[in-house]
Amino acid sequence: MDRNRNRLTRLPVRRLALAVAPALFLGFFFVYPLVRILQASLAPSGCLDLAAVAEVFTRGSLRQVVWFTLWQATVSTILTVVVALPAAWVFARFKFPGRDLLRAGLTIPFVLPTVVVGAAFLALLGPSGPLGVDLRRTIWAILIAHVFYNYAVIVRTVGGLWAHLDPRLEEASRTLGAGRVRTFCEVTLPLLSPALAAASSMVFLFTATSFGVVLILGGLSYATIEVEIWRQTTSFLNLAVAGALAVVQLVLVGGILWLYSRYQERVTVQQPLRAAADTARRPQTWRERAIVGGVIVFTGVFLGGPLLLLVERSLRTVGGYGFDHYRTLLQGGGGALVLSPYEALQNSLLYSLAATVISLVIGLLAAGVIARGRDLLSRGFDVLLMLPLGTSAVTIGLGFLIALDRPIDIRTSPILIPLAHSLVAIPFVVRSSVPVLRAVREQLREAARVLGASPLRVWREVDLPLVTRSVMVAGGFAFAISLGEFGATALIARPDTTTVPVAIYRLLSQPGRGSFGQAMALATILMIVTALSIVLIERVRVGEAGEF
Amino acid sequence: MSRQPSRRTLPSASPMVATLLAVVLLAAGCGGGGGVATSSASAEKSGEVVLMTHDSFALPDTVMAAFRQETGLELRVLKSGDAGSMLNQAILTKDNPMADVIFGVDNTFLSRALDEDIFSVYVSGSLADVPDEFELDPEHRVTPVDYGDVCLNYDKEVIGTVDLPLPATLADLTRPEYKGLLVVQNPATSSPGLAFLLATIAEFGESGDYPWQQFWRDLMANDVLVVSGWEEAYYSEFSGGAGEGDRPLVVSYASSPPAEAIFAETPLTEASTGVVPAGAFRHIEFAAILKGARNPSGAEKLIDFMLSISFQEAIPESMFVFPVNQNAELPDTFTRFTTIPDNPVKMDYESIGHNRERWIREWTEIAIG
Repeated sequence: MDRNRNRLTRLPVRRLALAVAPALFLGFFFVYPLVRILQASLAPSGCLDLAAVAEVFTRGSLRQVVWFTLWQATVSTILTVVVALPAAWVFARFKFPGRDLLRAGLTIPFVLPTVVVGAAFLALLGPSGPLGVDLRRTIWAILIAHVFYNYAVIVRTVGGLWAHLDPRLEEASRTLGAGRVRTFCEVTLPLLSPALAAASSMVFLFTATSFGVVLILGGLSYATIEVEIWRQTTSFLNLAVAGALAVVQLVLVGGILWLYSRYQERVTVQQPLRAAADTARRPQTWRERAIVGGVIVFTGVFLGGPLLLLVERSLRTVGGYGFDHYRTLLQGGGGALVLSPYEALQNSLLYSLAATVISLVIGLLAAGVIARGRDLLSRGFDVLLMLPLGTSAVTIGLGFLIALDRPIDIRTSPILIPLAHSLVAIPFVVRSSVPVLRAVREQLREAARVLGASPLRVWREVDLPLVTRSVMVAGGFAFAISLGEFGATALIARPDTTTVPVAIYRLLSQPGRGSFGQAMALATILMIVTALSIVLIERVRVGEAGEF
Repeated sequence: MSRQPSRRTLPSASPMVATLLAVVLLAAGCGGGGGVATSSASAEKSGEVVLMTHDSFALPDTVMAAFRQETGLELRVLKSGDAGSMLNQAILTKDNPMADVIFGVDNTFLSRALDEDIFSVYVSGSLADVPDEFELDPEHRVTPVDYGDVCLNYDKEVIGTVDLPLPATLADLTRPEYKGLLVVQNPATSSPGLAFLLATIAEFGESGDYPWQQFWRDLMANDVLVVSGWEEAYYSEFSGGAGEGDRPLVVSYASSPPAEAIFAETPLTEASTGVVPAGAFRHIEFAAILKGARNPSGAEKLIDFMLSISFQEAIPESMFVFPVNQNAELPDTFTRFTTIPDNPVKMDYESIGHNRERWIREWTEIAIG
């Protein structure tokens, strides 16, 4: 008891020390630019321009935008969870050939520019597509695309915890006479709920700030706050209204995150986690084989269909099929590209690697702070870290430009690209590791301490190996997010720092069959590189056994 | 476990206060310095001139090298998103500009840019070779560099045939034979979309028997398709050229037919798409020296260079717009595959600046119906 009390009084100091780096990072690269840009938009002459804020709430069309943003994000999130949960279970609990590659492949939608995926969806959802109905520019097109994009978030984040749940708990429940449904609802679901809440809050943020999908697939009648901010900024140059909308977006997102964070604390239970390798097995009965097969086929068709369409377009030539577009592309882009595709690929990989490392370091430190407490610091920090995901990219991008010229002018430096990317990727690292860290039994740490381990050593040898799996899943995500990011990169990309998505966009912005074919070829190359990189990242293991 | 409740009491207050304090301090610290111009002398490099431009900017290496050779200056290019984003960036950073020269402000954004007072006056000697119609600012704060026409493109397999002639005027588009054939871009999200809206406003006017609003109501009734951006309109909905759609009329550029020929898989002897001369809107793109430029003399040299023959003749095939210097010759593909609309609509940039937001809002109400 005495030892306990002693430890408790020391605890905040240590957590605070852990919090220094993430807080500085976020303060300098998020809070400060955000404050500066909101100040410049809403109070250009020093006094607050309340008219703009009032306009947002009084003009009917803007009120509609806020309402649409909320309801479509809610529906999209529910749909994504329902559609993706079976796959999360299959990928966590069963072994089957090609599992790792397929799981890595799930992230491909993340890296593809929306213009490219948009083209595939317009072809598939048109009257001559496989569905046979014209869903273009309807709410359905938006919802389907949102499920498509966020499928991986649920499968990977929820699956990450699911793989570590002790199956004996479920077996015990079955032995005691509970049916499958009852076992799922009363045992599995409560145990999973931290990860489920974490994943769905991210899906909610992604869909609430959805931009390209809504613009391309939604047509005229739909606009999210994000789309409206962009429109007000670039088309009307009306920074006051854009700033007011950005504040509304921040408040909404912050409020929802706060609620989530409180829920997350309540539902977490400490439980014995098991190694993922021990819980997964081959499907045994016919019934299991049918379910596993069905889920894999559905995932393949749903995620693979649009992607294969892009591959098909990249191979289509005048006389049939061939590698003509790849050849022209790799020979220097036929005059269409300023930069060779190799250099673009090299830039992309370099930035993504840097962004992944930054996100992992900052994210893990932050996760340590959050997971070790259930107080205001923990909750506030959690919300603050998540906010960049729910903040308009245009706002942050412009904020960088007016804030980051002092003390050193880094506004035109390539370092901004991985920094901007890690702002978006850090929440993934945090969300993937906090549920697992919280689930780690305190006795394990206690035991290590009793045996004389220093706090750092406890972290390195108890916590870190236990969360490796989830962390690498998050690392893979961070990598993919950075590889595919377009908005911030386009704002700050220089000719010599062009990334693959920017190069694809550049090819697509000019007429000609050759340009289109080459854009699709480059998109296909990006898909392959992504899948391979993520398989590699997920092979990284910490500690000798790697898992527990 | 007795640990739970005690954990809540002690640690929470102080760190939260500290975090808040840090945030407030950061916010307060930046409040004071808003208006102070700091053109830091340390970053000054007279051997370099920085050009801020939009993401469609492209230039062959040989031309870049020519600039280096002629002036002894290194050219650094900052691409800053689309034209609207670029202008926003220039306005927001006017106290401490990131570049010496900005290129790509067009006549639809010009009034806003001039209002913000971010450009220095410069009269280039090469302006003598530029026709007066391109010089919109009598005070010479901006220098015209290129122009390009937004106009309707058509699929030669469907339109311009015996069955279906080219629309002779914009008003023709509301006739039944053109029902369901046209795809345009949303003027609120697309630059060619806005240009086409402006062309219709110039053509039909705001008052009179048949104002532009009525034209658009009729056009909507004639099943025009509105999409958000050029890529989607051209590649997914247009039937001509590389398009995969089923609409043979699209709002695009006068330079799109030659681009189709240049970027075709096999060299074409004839472009598969053509340009409708009626109802074109002319974009004129300007370069300007930013106030507070670190290298003003280098900036002047860059503007002169942009009007030189070597730069002007590289413009068509790298950026798909046309040179303003009347002595620059067009490449063969451009003279063969396109017609420059000889009578684009005229609209004064100030009235665009004053009315664009209202026009777009009115258009949106008509389009959503």
